[in-house]
Amino acid sequence: MSSGHPAEHHDPEVAFESAKLGVWTFLATEVLLFGALFTMYTVFRAKFPDLFHAEHEKLNRVLGAVNTVVLITSSLTVALGIDAIRKGKAKLLTRYFGATILLAGVFLGVKCVEYAEKFRHGLFPRTNVFFSLYYMMTGLHGIHVLLGMAVLGYVLVLARRGRFSESYYTPVEMSGLYWHFVDLVWIYLFPLLYLAG
Amino acid sequence: MSAEAAAAGAGSGYLAERGWRSWAYTLDHKRIGAMYLYTTIVFFLLGGVFALLLRLELLTPQARYFSNHTYNVFFTLHGAMMIFLFIIPAIPSGLGNFFIPLHLGARDVAFPRLNLASFWIFVAGFLVIIGSLVAPMDTGWTFYTPYSARTQAAVTTLSLGVFLIGMSSILTGLNFIVTIHKMRAPGMSWNRMPLFLWAMYATSIIQVVATPVVGVTFLLLAAERVLGVGFFDPSKGGDPVLFQHFFWFYSHPVVYVMILPAMGIISEVIPVFSRKPIFGYKAIAWSSLAIAFLGFLVWAHHMFTSGMSPLANAIFSFLTFFVAVPTAVKVFNWIATLYKGSITFESPMLYALTFIFLFIIGGLTGPFLGALATDVQLHDTYFVVAHFHYTMMGGTVMGFFAGLHYWFPKMTGKMLNERVARLAWALIFVGFNVTFFTMFIVGTRGMPRRYAEYLPKFHTENVISTVGSAILAIGILVMVWNFVQGLRKGTKAEANPWRALTLEWQAASPPDTENFHEIPHVTDWPYGYGTKKA
Repeated sequence: MSSGHPAEHHDPEVAFESAKLGVWTFLATEVLLFGALFTMYTVFRAKFPDLFHAEHEKLNRVLGAVNTVVLITSSLTVALGIDAIRKGKAKLLTRYFGATILLAGVFLGVKCVEYAEKFRHGLFPRTNVFFSLYYMMTGLHGIHVLLGMAVLGYVLVLARRGRFSESYYTPVEMSGLYWHFVDLVWIYLFPLLYLAG
Repeated sequence: MSAEAAAAGAGSGYLAERGWRSWAYTLDHKRIGAMYLYTTIVFFLLGGVFALLLRLELLTPQARYFSNHTYNVFFTLHGAMMIFLFIIPAIPSGLGNFFIPLHLGARDVAFPRLNLASFWIFVAGFLVIIGSLVAPMDTGWTFYTPYSARTQAAVTTLSLGVFLIGMSSILTGLNFIVTIHKMRAPGMSWNRMPLFLWAMYATSIIQVVATPVVGVTFLLLAAERVLGVGFFDPSKGGDPVLFQHFFWFYSHPVVYVMILPAMGIISEVIPVFSRKPIFGYKAIAWSSLAIAFLGFLVWAHHMFTSGMSPLANAIFSFLTFFVAVPTAVKVFNWIATLYKGSITFESPMLYALTFIFLFIIGGLTGPFLGALATDVQLHDTYFVVAHFHYTMMGGTVMGFFAGLHYWFPKMTGKMLNERVARLAWALIFVGFNVTFFTMFIVGTRGMPRRYAEYLPKFHTENVISTVGSAILAIGILVMVWNFVQGLRKGTKAEANPWRALTLEWQAASPPDTENFHEIPHVTDWPYGYGTKKA
């Protein structure tokens, strides 16, 4: 039995379809996870419209916009990476995924600058409901970016070892799906928090 | 096929490998299921001990043995352990893991590694929960704010533990959804699937959709305590009722995570021991999905006295009654299956019939609590305690016991002593009703729950209830002893001792690691009882 588990011998087609359904189901749970916070945002914004308007002025729109561009670009590089491996260009895949991880790092760096700036001005999670939401939502998103970097990094290592080709690239595609989701969350977070006027 | 399989399984099948590594690193769904079963049964017994301590304290109207705080800790631990560490994982992760692939005619779940990971996340979760006992929780299992945001108890630790348990639950549900979609044996269309699988499918959807919400809620509660955010704190503009909404958005649907798998087991056991095809297959199958769906629309019926608007109260009350419809559809179909069947009363069947009997009582007391006018009267009385113990213990736990007795020969390759099993059943049946029926009575007379003391006029009923709990405990000990004896020196089980038609009975007892020598081809539904086949 040491040669591997019986279930691992199943048909590659089934394995690919299973992985895809699995990742989509996982993304559904993620939607619910963030959905709870978006619900909370809706409740409190309806309750305190003036507070939200006043407080959102304190966020740095320029940095927020820069980060939006950074993440959208990273989605593009992931998509190009998947396209590359579909055509069998493993080397190109590693470049694109490397670029994606780099962009994710830039995003988190900018986020740290923003957080530091807020802390300097005495704006903490406990300051008021707006900043509670700001830190919880962007914080949870930041954790997802970090996890995404880990996942993409793992795929990158596998790619360097030559594990993928045009006939097998399931993990590449799945990590890409996840990364698009992480971007999508930010696409909602940016206007809701930075442009709440 | 079955005789051949039995001969081939003369060793000990999937249990052959020895040593702790063969368990800790196993990717075999049967071993993972067995580990869940052992763990959850331990927590069931532990949670039961806390229940007995509560009943002991309630023997007298004054608080006699423990302080009020200790009493609060005990009912919190009883609730939290039974809910999070026993009743939610026991059937899905335990029996579900073991039998979903076997029912499907598959070699394993879709993602065996993920399956093992979710087991170890579960272990990490309960270790964290045990760690929280340094400052044990006294909030009740519901963690209501604002008290949970202020108490000195280890709420943050416990929240993180529950978060991990939830993560494990999500991953297991995800795994099962994909498994049921993609791993069915050739010929097994959706309408040829055993009803246990339909029930598990509906359960998994709830696990995947509802659990993230409670996960984030517990994270926010932890953030409330650690970072001082104020979503649930009125002094910071927050709203404690919001916590209740978020909590029940998970915790109401999750009662269907508890009951649906048990209903699935009942749908398997009833036709086998009635020797009749299941009545209303499609109605039972679709009612599982209907329950899963409706379960998401009724959460706020836990909050009629929390100060929601009268309109919201009325809407949630109205919606709540809809859940009764698919539930009743199931019960009527089981009873119709029994009608003119050749019924025999082996222990699995005794528990299945007990399920129907007790669940009807538990179910019908639900509408009293769903109706606004009566709920305001009965809210937080022992009537509620009796109601949910009739559904959760009378329902889910009896279904779980039915499953354990039904599948014991398959899981272990040994037969149970049937006489001892019936004795245990009789004690459990009597003990359960004596314990909990009296609670309906004191509840309607106004005895509130969650206090160590009570008015002297409720004394007699409480003594009766405590005596009942002792009978129940003895019954459960006899049952567990019977399991141990069965494991040690039960007679060897054949591949198919109950002459059942679902695919797991075509595998050896216990099954081999790869389940089936050849993947079976399915040509019919598995309920053709009373015909030539069985």
